[in-house]
Amino acid sequence: MTDQAPTDERGPVTTLATPIRLDFDFTPGIAQSKFLRGLEQGRFLGQRCPVCTKVYVPSRGSCPTDGVATTDPVELSHSGTVTTYCVVNVPFQGQSIEIPYICAQVLLDGANVSFMGLLQEIPTDQIRMGMRVEAVWVEPDELTPSLASVKYFRPKSEADADYETYKEYL
Amino acid sequence: MPDSEVLHAAHRLEYPYSRSVGPVIGAFLTGLRDGRLLGVTGAGGSVIVPPTEYDPTTGDDTGEMVEVGPGGVVESWAWVAEPQAKHPLATPFAWALIRLDGADTALLHVVDSGGPDRLATGDRVTVRFRPAAERIGAMADIVAFVPEGGAGR
Repeated sequence: MTDQAPTDERGPVTTLATPIRLDFDFTPGIAQSKFLRGLEQGRFLGQRCPVCTKVYVPSRGSCPTDGVATTDPVELSHSGTVTTYCVVNVPFQGQSIEIPYICAQVLLDGANVSFMGLLQEIPTDQIRMGMRVEAVWVEPDELTPSLASVKYFRPKSEADADYETYKEYL
Repeated sequence: MPDSEVLHAAHRLEYPYSRSVGPVIGAFLTGLRDGRLLGVTGAGGSVIVPPTEYDPTTGDDTGEMVEVGPGGVVESWAWVAEPQAKHPLATPFAWALIRLDGADTALLHVVDSGGPDRLATGDRVTVRFRPAAERIGAMADIVAFVPEGGAGR
């Protein structure tokens, strides 16, 4: 039976929360699991295509050019080159890093694809293409099978890479 | 690589929408928050529950809000033997169309009868609201409808 509520100071109902929610059991698959397990050990693990010899990190398990499985494991350097970057000045919902910050594509030495990383320990107006950077990892007891194991990349005190060395990877 | 080394993770994609409900549904939801079931008068004096802004047969504006229920009649139902996480009850229940006393249309909600052998079309049921302090103005302010008299069939 209804129990009459006292006069409600909240006023009439005008909105209704209607979240749309999808729950997934996500698996990155075999190849990317190897990459993520590597991050858990503080290592960048990629794979080489047996046909074109390109090294993918992270590897999806096959070469998109040749369509063959990439089975040869390759461990990559912790240093690389900034191929391109973006300075983020605009706040957005869910942002976890204080703005402004630099989002950079980093081509690890020995790799043939770049991947996105956070760049820190440098003023945002001094970032440039070709800058040499190195990964800064979280403490050993904080390593997880996730890109969160890489805290960020920071500049290395060495000369910028020659444009010719990374122009294919922009 | 053994299967056990392939990673898995729970991943939830969620868009936290809220929608404006308008004056008629708003009045209905306010009624739920107050522990009352409200309909609206339509063409020829019919009572539409849940209420709509327009009469579905004539398209004319609907009229006054009127209280209906708290009892009603089960017009049809489907038994959910294995409820999932997103369902309103964790125990088996029926989705049912319930024509509340004073209404000319049926409301879709949950009937908690205790088993499919304890529910039949034509049965009388009555509303079971959440406690007043837990109600927010939503369909889930109604926990379920239960067989009138409590014990079921």
